[in-house]
Amino acid sequence: MAIASLIPVLLGLMLAPLMLGVINRTKAAFAGRNGQPLLQQYFDLWRLLHKGVVYSRTTTWVFRAGPVVGLAATLSALLLTPLGGVPSMLHFDGDFVLFALLLGVVRFMLIVAALDTGSAFEGMGASREAAFSALVEPALFLALASLAKYAGSLSLTGLYVPLDLAAWAQAGPGFALALITLLGVFVVENARIPVDDPNTHLELTMIHEVMVLDNSGPDFAFVQYTAALKHWIFGALIAGIAIPVRTGNVLLDTIAMVAGIGVLAVAVGVVESIMARLRMHRVPQLIVGAAALAVVALIVVGR
Amino acid sequence: MDVWLNAIMVLLVFSNLILLGAGRLSMYIRCVAFQGFLLGAFTVLAHISDLTVHVWLLASVGTLLRGIVFPAFLSRLLRDSGVRREVEPYIGYTPSILSGLAMLGAGMWLSVRLPAPAIALPRFVVPVALMLIFVGLFLIVTRRKALSQLLGYLVLENGVYVFGVALVQKTPLLVEMGVLLDVFMAVLVMGVAMFHINREFDHIDTDRLSTLKD
Repeated sequence: MAIASLIPVLLGLMLAPLMLGVINRTKAAFAGRNGQPLLQQYFDLWRLLHKGVVYSRTTTWVFRAGPVVGLAATLSALLLTPLGGVPSMLHFDGDFVLFALLLGVVRFMLIVAALDTGSAFEGMGASREAAFSALVEPALFLALASLAKYAGSLSLTGLYVPLDLAAWAQAGPGFALALITLLGVFVVENARIPVDDPNTHLELTMIHEVMVLDNSGPDFAFVQYTAALKHWIFGALIAGIAIPVRTGNVLLDTIAMVAGIGVLAVAVGVVESIMARLRMHRVPQLIVGAAALAVVALIVVGR
Repeated sequence: MDVWLNAIMVLLVFSNLILLGAGRLSMYIRCVAFQGFLLGAFTVLAHISDLTVHVWLLASVGTLLRGIVFPAFLSRLLRDSGVRREVEPYIGYTPSILSGLAMLGAGMWLSVRLPAPAIALPRFVVPVALMLIFVGLFLIVTRRKALSQLLGYLVLENGVYVFGVALVQKTPLLVEMGVLLDVFMAVLVMGVAMFHINREFDHIDTDRLSTLKD
């Protein structure tokens, strides 16, 4: 385990909130505003960590465990995430199953904690989250499977290391489809437009935000940091495919990947500015479409 | 070379899935127009080793008809009919997308078993051609609006064309042009029929035609 394998983890820990800042600034630029500072998310986290916590009397330990376990599971998933050609800290055969499982744990804790509050709104958000995530997991697996089929490896790092320009020249169409699928997974997992609007103030239309209405203080900071890390993790998976830079030089590879994630953040901001949220019953269709593309990717790469 | 052909095939599959999942008729038209352009590029790429005037003529006339003339004509019909979207198809959008995958699978299964002559094109071409044919039939059967059914017919024809190029490398120019002329006439006749249905009944739902009595 070299120093290089620390890079994806440290960068993720440090830059994840910045990604949200970039998204917000892009949206502000589109709306003709100056927008909040790029580092606003860090300030928010700092402020929340210094606040006290308020727990509703109806909640139990489940509600208190939710944010902590969620953050812990996300951090574990971050350890498994390679940054393009830079290998992840931990990698072994089949680690992408563990990766999906950890993300499932994050979601499970979020849902259980939301149900624990006994609020009708949070229960509604939890039910939506559960429904959509059940659909999105096959899409994630199929997209990763198409990469695994090409790479002949079963670890996330093994999937991403051979994805250079030559690989694109050989199986580019398949990778492009897997990329589109992962973009779909990104918007669902991170509750961005067109699946969920993170800025809405109508609980009726929200999915992710509605589940964390009762969290406050450090707990809410954990929830927000978890969300930022999830943005980063999926950003890394997407940039790893989209940017086929595998020079072997750790510094160059890392810069290319971070640039890729930055471009993704800008793209998310642009999409959020020009698109409306889908109606709720159209969302499953979007996810099934994404999964269908992943199946095609698997077929194309496999032949 | 092969990767570009594969890319075209993947884009065809992509447009098929959008056709199956979209509800707006203008989206259908755009998808079919996109397929027309893809077929033009496919024609050129499939004959890249001997690019004759014949190939260029075929590609350009085909693209002009499928990519520009038909969509323009159909958009006009759409505007006149005042219909915007496919309402309640017999099979919903999500099951349609899944059926699309099944059709691709069936295409792959069939293409392995076809006693096809050895072809120089990537093996992915024949399954996609079959998928286009299946999707065309599927659209004709499961959609209510006459316009969607006409578009289904065009997708079907696209499939037959890809299939033909894949299996028969050299078709006489006269035959190809004859086929294009047939398609052109078919679209024209169906378009005119649709125009009349619309003027007579104020809608283009074909299922309601079956309950007609005199």
